[in-house]
Amino acid sequence: MTFTLVIEQLLNGLQFGLMLFLIAAGLTLVFGIMDIMNLAHGSLYMAGAYVAAETMQRTGSFVAAVAVAAIATGVVGAVLELVLIRRLALRDHLAQVLGTYAIILIAGDLVKMIWGPAPMMLNMPAALAGPVRLLPDLMYPAYRLMIIVFGLLAAAGLYWFVTRTRAGVLVRAGASNRQMATLMGVRVPILFLGVFLLGAMLAAVAGALLGPITAVQIGMGEEILILVLVCIVIGGIGSIRGAFVGALLVGMVDTAGRAFLPMLLRQVFSPAVASSVGPTLAAILIYVLMAGILVFRPSGLFPARG
Amino acid sequence: MLALAVFPLVAPALGLDFYISFVRRVLIYALAATSLNLILGYGGMVALGHAAFFGAGAYAVGILQSLGVNSALLAWPAAMLLAAVLAWIIGAISLRTRGVYFIMITLAFAQMVYYIFISLRQYGGEDGLNLAGHSQLPALDLANDVTFYYVVLVLFAVLLFLFNRLVDARYGAALQGIRENESRMESLGYPVYRMKLTAFVISGAVAGLAGALLANHNLFISPSLMHWTQSANLLIMVLVGGIGLRYGGVAGAAVMLVLEEVLRLWTEYWHLPLGLLLLGVVLGAPRGLAGLVGPWFASRTPATEPARKA
Repeated sequence: MTFTLVIEQLLNGLQFGLMLFLIAAGLTLVFGIMDIMNLAHGSLYMAGAYVAAETMQRTGSFVAAVAVAAIATGVVGAVLELVLIRRLALRDHLAQVLGTYAIILIAGDLVKMIWGPAPMMLNMPAALAGPVRLLPDLMYPAYRLMIIVFGLLAAAGLYWFVTRTRAGVLVRAGASNRQMATLMGVRVPILFLGVFLLGAMLAAVAGALLGPITAVQIGMGEEILILVLVCIVIGGIGSIRGAFVGALLVGMVDTAGRAFLPMLLRQVFSPAVASSVGPTLAAILIYVLMAGILVFRPSGLFPARG
Repeated sequence: MLALAVFPLVAPALGLDFYISFVRRVLIYALAATSLNLILGYGGMVALGHAAFFGAGAYAVGILQSLGVNSALLAWPAAMLLAAVLAWIIGAISLRTRGVYFIMITLAFAQMVYYIFISLRQYGGEDGLNLAGHSQLPALDLANDVTFYYVVLVLFAVLLFLFNRLVDARYGAALQGIRENESRMESLGYPVYRMKLTAFVISGAVAGLAGALLANHNLFISPSLMHWTQSANLLIMVLVGGIGLRYGGVAGAAVMLVLEEVLRLWTEYWHLPLGLLLLGVVLGAPRGLAGLVGPWFASRTPATEPARKA
């Protein structure tokens, strides 16, 4: 296990964690303000990736692909909020789980109708296709580095938005006590629409950015949704800071677990045991983490409500 | 019930042989959905990880078979035991949390179980495992379609009878009390946590038995049985059928599986209408189809409307 390998895996973990954060940010705020469990968030992520792939194939411009994905998915998200989510927000969690699960079913079939069942290609921009020399003996893909930089900027921007702007104050007020915020004159429905739109756009951007690394295919949304839910539950539902910490934790633990756990086990157990137990343990590591955190802090690390 | 009992006798005459196996599958899913209805509808616990118990039961049969244990009298109770132990562990931890956190933690545990079974390479890993044959019962041949049908039907009838007795019993009434107002039941001196855990374990064990039956039905097991979308499907069945209604699980399983079969005949895009139907039920008929069909179909102690939030 060399030093550069460790650095490389940590960077991978950071990159993954930041992308998880982009998706988790919207979900946790939507949750915090309206107390609604939105399983369809993964479908917005998928929609973003598909629109980006389509735009990339038509125009060849990656920037355009990301922008179009964000705008198109934002529109879809706004429509979804106005038509459905708004109603579900008045119902219990079970209705929300099933109502948004219905969206997953519908979205999956719609995507299959439009783009077919086969995975789509989304190429990374040619300028970023090569590696960058970060340290004398550490080469790192330029594209992943770009994602890290972008993710950090987005996180900083969100932090600024939530803590320093008037809209951010309203968002936090809504998340910590919706009723009180309403009584104080905050127009929660409009605020909620805005947050849902923002969340949809962020998820779409994450989908577009991750598209070249992972596969753009049906089911990608459900795959990542579970991880994102783990992030926000660890962080404390409704808390943007919690989502950030949770996402980085999950990204790091998941990546590092897959990379190093089999190796570490080999030091202790026989190779046969290590090679069979290692991957399993790595796969369930984040769920163990989540269960452990919930046992000791039943409402996450940074509960939004006091 | 009578119709179900004579069905295999008349089916060949009507050229409906295929449907014997189909109805059997419906019965198996109905069992699983009913077990979920116990904790969801009567206990008020929204668990999004029921597929873990279902799948564990199926795997218990598969794993025992590859170890040479073929007797249903051993394998099926073992499946129930495994699922019950799993439910006990998961429930003991999950039931400490509330609301959304409970949904999430049951989901997380189910995912854990899912990945553990994926990693069992000697039992097929991600690809699943073909079973060499049916479990064996003394004097009965489960390889015979009709015989197996009756075995499932008898188990189904017995368990449904027990389910009815359970929810009518003091325990069932207390469980519904917990659903309505947990702190009141606590103040009245009921051991709330222990009662919920008991329901969770019973429910898990029955789901395990359903899984064991399904393994015999398909002669194939795979981790996809416990993917979280399966848990969601079971939730949908209960919701569509009617949450907290006695035959909600049965009605839901029948409606959903028939619908799936019919829609598949017409179009490969059968998720879409299913999703629309689900939305319709969620928004328009919160008590499910059984609740719509009428009170005469519902239980004597009707469930209240799902709590509306302020």
